[in-house]
Amino acid sequence: MSDVGVRRLEPAAITGVMSREVANFRTFWKATAFSSLLEPVVYLLAFGLGLGVTVVDKVDGLDYVEFVGTGMVATAVIFSSAFPAMFGTFVKERFQRTYDAILAAPVDVEELVSAEMLWIGLRASIFGCFPLIVTMLFGLDPSPGMLVVPLFCFATALGFAGFGIAVAASVAKIDQFNYVTTLVITPLFLVAGTFFPIDDLPQGFQIAAQVNPLHQLVELVRHACFGFQATDLLRFASLIAFALLMWRIAVRRMSRRLID
Amino acid sequence: MSGVRKRFGPITAVGGLDLEVPEGICLGLLGPNGAGKSTTMRLLTGQAIADEGRIEVLGRHLPEEAKAARAEMGVTPQLDNLDVDVTVEDNLAVFARLYRVQDVQEAIDRGLRLARLTGRRRDAVDKLSGGMRRRLLLARGLIHRPRLALLDEPTVGLDPQIRTELWSLIDGLRTEGVTILMSTHYIEEAERLADEVAVMAAGKVIARGRPHELISEHAGRETAEVYGPPSRLAEVRANAERQGLAVRPAGPAIAIVGAERAEDGEVPPEAIRRAASLEDVFVLLTGEEAE
Repeated sequence: MSDVGVRRLEPAAITGVMSREVANFRTFWKATAFSSLLEPVVYLLAFGLGLGVTVVDKVDGLDYVEFVGTGMVATAVIFSSAFPAMFGTFVKERFQRTYDAILAAPVDVEELVSAEMLWIGLRASIFGCFPLIVTMLFGLDPSPGMLVVPLFCFATALGFAGFGIAVAASVAKIDQFNYVTTLVITPLFLVAGTFFPIDDLPQGFQIAAQVNPLHQLVELVRHACFGFQATDLLRFASLIAFALLMWRIAVRRMSRRLID
Repeated sequence: MSGVRKRFGPITAVGGLDLEVPEGICLGLLGPNGAGKSTTMRLLTGQAIADEGRIEVLGRHLPEEAKAARAEMGVTPQLDNLDVDVTVEDNLAVFARLYRVQDVQEAIDRGLRLARLTGRRRDAVDKLSGGMRRRLLLARGLIHRPRLALLDEPTVGLDPQIRTELWSLIDGLRTEGVTILMSTHYIEEAERLADEVAVMAAGKVIARGRPHELISEHAGRETAEVYGPPSRLAEVRANAERQGLAVRPAGPAIAIVGAERAEDGEVPPEAIRRAASLEDVFVLLTGEEAE
């Protein structure tokens, strides 16, 4: 008898599932890369140059373009992790029945969810850097700390991928994603410190921002560009903890959804 | 499977199922829609967990060792779940990796030959016809040379010509010694491919045997079909049932099963006599019209 399928979290199962994602991604990568590159340009033109020139000059000692450009990394990460995880998982589970096919092979739900999260995390860690690259064209100076930005993006994207998968495994209809977008993702996105500093908000919002993984990512990216602080290790640890928590929740929700 | 039960809320999909599939045979699970065939398939892959009973597949206990058991079985699902934007060969390559096949390229080439799609290897799946997609689905489930193939309604919804093509593929597997468990609600499919047939109804096997054994045990040698207006059919039916003969609907006619046992006058002279069939057995046992 072969020993395939005996161990937990087998790398071959995880890379097998990821190879399916790669094969599919090859069919639509151009459209995704195009929007991921163009979106920060549009935001930077609208907020950075528009608002920066006419209303705001400097925020927290940074040019407004640099402030928004570095903050936009978090926006790119959540858009390229939570949304693909929510919609992609739901479509693959409900309409394409892809997971039925995969789970008929020697792959279990934990490996399936882990592979999906890793793939989304890898993609988002690349797309998350696009705003930074675009901001450099608008005057942001490169710095060695920027080299670890993909790592921060990856950790955050893992968490939001897990979140999206768990949501997809919990809703009955695809329209119910609207509740999640309005009640969870938009507030997280707005109180992340991307477009304005959190320090000026009422204290309640400031406390809420501390448990917002996107805010932690925004802070880490800004510190990577302009100088790390001692608390950054704690911030990174909180992102890892968020990813681990969401991983377990996603595995649990998907097991309930996929195994009768 | 021994004493296996599976409920979905108030519905019992599988109700005390006992089923053993000897190595090297093709066993047809024949039953009407809702008989529990697909749930049985999902129980065997560990995608459904039994509420009661014991399941062992290829020496592995389920659900604990489901993943290891799946490594040695191949599944062809009832619904097409291929990746439609991806090429034919990439669809096969992904599953070769999922099944840990050592030589992925060799497995792809063999899968393409099996599906007779070598010339279409770089085409996206959504460019293929329905029959080609079905062949690819079958080849995908066999990419790792499984010991056991689970075919869930492998030809459902296909036109007769494509169905015949798939039958020859499945027949080829049987001659290679692959053990096959195939669910179907097509009588002809079960008759043509299965060494043994298990008739399922309400989540249980209600009869099992070689097709000719089932026919002789439950339907005798001869069936007489009588056509006519409803009043005449009712009269013939009542007369035959009074004599203890089984009668079943057969489209516009009625069929008197076991007609060779009828005494003079019980089967009207205008009746068309034919050899008893698996369809007679199926309808008598399940009460459902055959397809």
